[in-house]
Amino acid sequence: MDEIARLIEPQIPALRRYAFALLRDREAADDLVQDTLERAVAAWSGRHRDGDVRAWLFKIERNLFLRMVQRRSRAGREVGSEALEQVPDPCADPEADTGVKDVLAGIAALPEEQRSVLLLIAVEDMSYAEAAEVLGIPVGTVMSRLSRARERMRGFIETGRNGFLRRVK
Amino acid sequence: MSGATPRPIDEDDLLALVDGRLDPARRAFVEKWLGSHPEEAARVAADRDVRRRLREQLASIADEPIPERLRLTNFIPLRPEPVASRWPIAAAAAISLVIGGAGGWAGHAAMQAKPILERSGAGSATRDAVAAFRTFTAEVLHPVEVKADQEPHLIQWLSKRLGQPVLVPDLGAEGFHLMGGRVLPAGNTLAALLMYDDDQGTRLTLYSRVGAADGRSSFRYAREGDVAAFSWVEGGLSFVVTARIDEARLLRTAGTIDAQLRARTNATP
Repeated sequence: MDEIARLIEPQIPALRRYAFALLRDREAADDLVQDTLERAVAAWSGRHRDGDVRAWLFKIERNLFLRMVQRRSRAGREVGSEALEQVPDPCADPEADTGVKDVLAGIAALPEEQRSVLLLIAVEDMSYAEAAEVLGIPVGTVMSRLSRARERMRGFIETGRNGFLRRVK
Repeated sequence: MSGATPRPIDEDDLLALVDGRLDPARRAFVEKWLGSHPEEAARVAADRDVRRRLREQLASIADEPIPERLRLTNFIPLRPEPVASRWPIAAAAAISLVIGGAGGWAGHAAMQAKPILERSGAGSATRDAVAAFRTFTAEVLHPVEVKADQEPHLIQWLSKRLGQPVLVPDLGAEGFHLMGGRVLPAGNTLAALLMYDDDQGTRLTLYSRVGAADGRSSFRYAREGDVAAFSWVEGGLSFVVTARIDEARLLRTAGTIDAQLRARTNATP
């Protein structure tokens, strides 16, 4: 049991940071982290012994987040899974603050798959391989999503919102 | 091959440069190339700026001390306790809170004024247990699937479905009598729900499901509206006792259940 504390506790600050970046709400973020820790402790004995604990924890947290978003959108109206990919964070309204080019508002308006790639790599300092493990996708897909995320963020910084790209010439 | 022309610069190089993930030789090559490609150089500068601003804006959260409710000690069973002090520390603290708050319902009111307490214990087992409580205690005709008059069959059935010996605690000392029980889905596992009532018709449920960590935890309190719950982990099972009664009585009941569970565990090594 001491092993769990020794390996998981150092990751809690980063799990809180990622949760906040996904949700942009302190209370909701800590709820997500709490659920993540509960799940992790319960599943501890079943994880791969030689696996990367950080990637394992982030994977749990992200999957819980996705389930939450899915439940929320199902509660609204019926949407297909492709539509869900395009649904930005519901709290994000990039039109509302076009004046302030807040990078957090920018990432909130990205599709989740791009948002998570950018956060895991740029903020959490994960390697491309580690991010691929968290997201359950090949490294090549990580690279192409990262490329699209950065392109949209450049557009966002340039125009104040990232829906419409303007090529910098 | 050292004299060969390096492979052409591609998108992955520009991404990896921003993230500091190029080896020194490649990085020098890419940076030199950017010197004669201002458009790509401006793009890399913009990407680095986004990366820096994201990190700055999010840095403060990771520097904060970990909030109390996210301390791992809340989730991990405490070190094995001596038999004499088996009652969990959190339970003792909860009792003193109730008693200290001028007793009984005055104490209950004091607890209600602290919404953080309501959230702090609400794990997924607790949420599922409270949902099951609301669903089935409201049933007039079919509150349970197997009634108490078939208790041996009930125990056998639940134990078989959960793959663990299920104990049906005797809560007569708390005024509660078994009504019966049922099996419920719980994610990819199963849960058992036992229902009790007292002479006033007040119903109480004991929810248990497999898949928890080994060992034992302290009691965690959660409240959702008028429903109160205490949850804990014992021997690989999560337990949640739920009722519309005051915390002190509910906690006593949880203690009684826990004591009977441990007596059973100790008796059958």
